[in-house]
Amino acid sequence: MRPKWKRLASLSAGLALVGATAFLAAGCGGGGGGKTTTGNDSNLPQSIGKGEGALNLVAWEGYTEAQWVKPFEQQTGCTVHAKYAGSSDEMVTLMRSGGGGQYDMVSASGDASLRLIRGGDVQPVNTDLIPDWKNFIGVLQSPPHNTVDGKHYGISLQWGPNTLLYRTDKITPVPTSWGDIYDPKWNGRITIPDNPIQIADAAYYLSKTNSDLGIDDPYELNQEQFDAAVNLLKEQRPLIKQFWPFASDEIELFKRGDVWIGASWPYQTNILQADGAPVKDLVPSEGTTGWADTWMLSTKAKHPNCAYLWMKYISTPKVQAQQAISYGETPANKLACADMDKIEKGSCAKYHANAPTSYYDSIKFWKTPISDCGNGDTNCIDYTKWVTAWQEVKG
Amino acid sequence: MRTNGSRVALGVWTGLVTVFLLFPIVLIMVYAFNKATVQSWPITGFSIKWFTKAWHNQEIRDALWLSLKAGLLSTGIAILLGTAAAFAVHRFRFFGREVVSFVLILPLALPGIVTGMALNSSFTVAGIDLSLWTIVVGHATFCIVIVYNNALARLRRTQSSLVEASMDLGADGWQTFRFVTLPVMSTALVSGALLAFALSFDEVIVTYFTAGAQNTLPLWILGAIRHGGSTLPQVNVAVLVVILLTLIPVAISVRFARDTGVLRRR
Amino acid sequence: MGNGLARGEGVSVVAGGRSGWAARRLRLSAGLWRRPWLRAVALLTPPAAWFVVIYLAALVALFVSAFWALDPLTSKIVHSWTFDNFTQIFESSTYRTIAFRTIGIAAAVTLTCAVVALPFAYFMARIASPRLRTILFVVILVPLWVSYLARVYSWKLILAQDGLLNWTLDKLHLPNAGVAYSSWAMWIVFSYVWLPFMILPVYAAMERIPDSYLEASSDLGARGWRTMRSVVLPLVFPGLVAGSIFTFSLTLGDFITPQLVGGGKQFIGNVVYGNVGVAGNIPFAAAYATIPMMVMAIYLVIARRLGAFEAL
Repeated sequence: MRPKWKRLASLSAGLALVGATAFLAAGCGGGGGGKTTTGNDSNLPQSIGKGEGALNLVAWEGYTEAQWVKPFEQQTGCTVHAKYAGSSDEMVTLMRSGGGGQYDMVSASGDASLRLIRGGDVQPVNTDLIPDWKNFIGVLQSPPHNTVDGKHYGISLQWGPNTLLYRTDKITPVPTSWGDIYDPKWNGRITIPDNPIQIADAAYYLSKTNSDLGIDDPYELNQEQFDAAVNLLKEQRPLIKQFWPFASDEIELFKRGDVWIGASWPYQTNILQADGAPVKDLVPSEGTTGWADTWMLSTKAKHPNCAYLWMKYISTPKVQAQQAISYGETPANKLACADMDKIEKGSCAKYHANAPTSYYDSIKFWKTPISDCGNGDTNCIDYTKWVTAWQEVKG
Repeated sequence: MRTNGSRVALGVWTGLVTVFLLFPIVLIMVYAFNKATVQSWPITGFSIKWFTKAWHNQEIRDALWLSLKAGLLSTGIAILLGTAAAFAVHRFRFFGREVVSFVLILPLALPGIVTGMALNSSFTVAGIDLSLWTIVVGHATFCIVIVYNNALARLRRTQSSLVEASMDLGADGWQTFRFVTLPVMSTALVSGALLAFALSFDEVIVTYFTAGAQNTLPLWILGAIRHGGSTLPQVNVAVLVVILLTLIPVAISVRFARDTGVLRRR
Repeated sequence: MGNGLARGEGVSVVAGGRSGWAARRLRLSAGLWRRPWLRAVALLTPPAAWFVVIYLAALVALFVSAFWALDPLTSKIVHSWTFDNFTQIFESSTYRTIAFRTIGIAAAVTLTCAVVALPFAYFMARIASPRLRTILFVVILVPLWVSYLARVYSWKLILAQDGLLNWTLDKLHLPNAGVAYSSWAMWIVFSYVWLPFMILPVYAAMERIPDSYLEASSDLGARGWRTMRSVVLPLVFPGLVAGSIFTFSLTLGDFITPQLVGGGKQFIGNVVYGNVGVAGNIPFAAAYATIPMMVMAIYLVIARRLGAFEAL
């Protein structure tokens, strides 16, 4: 620990640097993203050293509950500080802020992870140091959203499907298709997430209903396919009561009857059902998209040992089960199933933690859209354009 | 104005505005006792379970403590720098005085998001980690202006002859400051400081850009509002407790406002 | 001053008197008194340094970065001068709509606050008994101390489809007010949260009007309304403008209330916040943020002419 006055002194010295000229020379903004130090395997740590006493996380709300954070702090002496992000975009910015060394880890979802990897904001991790990694579901050991060229930029954490949520007292018969959220029948009673990645959901629906477009992967769209998806959303726009920016918004919208049907996560269903609201959710006949979160390690992490200790701890079956049930999502660790049933009977099956591989194959996990289409073409629409298009859809 | 009719009309209007101002706050207090997790109307059952949960929630305590620290530190800086600026602008006619008084309004007049973003990118460029200190810098920037405004308003209403008289009677600068200027200023400083602290304590937008992996109370509340679930009802409890604690500074403000004639006793 | 004087004091106390210290202090203060510029410099340097080094430099840098661009491939900022960000803003109808919506609602909120605050402040300053005045003062102060977020959230509960407002309307057999998640909701909530910032300066101005002015007006035969228009309003106008700086600017830069109650209707703040968040497109965010900066700059210049700075 540096004495406080020294920190103050360096603070003021640092601030003094911020003359406009210095600014021009140093370059503004994008900050630390700059250096692409995607280390190679020989650089990976081969053992976990002693904890540095602190761990700074960028996390989703609900991912650092005292229930499992406290035992970790007691075991390792690493005090956990969390900054909560409201969206994937925010996570990316936070990881780049302050030159990149501000935070050690981020619980990035698939729509952010590739951006972080390509920006050089996160570094590869040695999965040999995470004993439970080999117990992960196959598709989550090296998924394309966190593993590039065989390098693992973090370890998978939890995942969940994007579901169709509806009010059982208002929507009859039981909906079976994503078509219902594009149906004028429910004009003014529909909600969808306020997230550019929702374009992929529209594209996914089109891939099942309009084969002429030839959509293969909803995250790799050429201009024509992209325009079709955006048009579908623009047609849907007048039907929408409210885009939900946060899970709590959707919970309240459904609870109070502002909306009757919409795209959701199992988390909202859990809270609503526990509160006695007449809602149910399902995966429509077309299948669905899904998210999978990864604990990623910052390139400039100041507490790498604590970070490794955290990855090791968070992937153990018991903690995986605790988080799964607390948040309403599915653990990456197969062995968590027994612990889940111990905490809440039948929860393992409820969250498909024991589902066969074919089930996972039917879910299109979020990943960051990039211009590389994955099939040799490079004319795919990248995420920046998704964001602009999304603002036009909402505007 | 002298007619009874318009007096009654004004009274009714004032009553309505009072209800408008207080009703949402009363509602927060009522919801703190709501049994349900998802808040809706009408309330179907009452419970004090959220009080227990909030009491055991370490995050709330940390957030409250951080907010207090940030508020006190930025108010302290604001008192020093804001008063100095007010004295300078009031006493001296110097080149660029108009510019100074204009610039000093900016942190209040420019949208918080501009201030926040600007500070955030300069911290980034200067390689400064976001911490309590960066929060304090962000808050102090607008707190200074609050104190400055209050101090300057008081100075303008104070006779400068008081100071001259003090000096004529042989008091030196320090004595004049200690025994004449400070007493005259003190109530204005206290009310300025209280307002500055209140704004800092409740600030979200600038804090959002200047805080690192630490949550002030408003940031924690923002997180809880986004997340929903069982943290959200605890917000009502936390706010209720803060309201109760707040009665102290409000009482002080009222007292000072009365002593200084802002609230006249006719 | 601190150290040197303290040591001096120690020495002179040992010497058996405070004369040495007092003399030095006197000399120092007399010196300062004789050289006002020295005092001005001493007083002004710390706050000026704070503002120039921290605040203005950051603002200027932000403004400069608005003329840079973001490389779409690498998401890195390119330091070459370009007007692309501004062109994009002016050519896109979406961004224009958002800017006009923001400014429009900010103006509506300011007007609403002024209309609501004037009679309230008049009653409080000129009619209420001292006791009632104290109570009303508390009524204005308490909201300032209650979390802004919690108060916005409270309105969300009130305005929701099945919320308190519609529930009450239902009981009264009135039609539902469909204001949940709309511009109307933003207008109501903003007017609510910023109202104390309008009332305080207006009240202060109202309070300062000497009774004799009103008596004179009435003696000269002016009736209530005439006195209001010709005497009270001109005198409280600076306070009104001062309050409007707060209500207008606070609305202009907010992104949280639109997120919580605006139903996806974006504000300038949301676009700025969104772009800071998305791939760190600070240049575009900065370019868009110049709109509220310009609007406020114009507003301030006018406000200054109207003498509002004295009333802040």
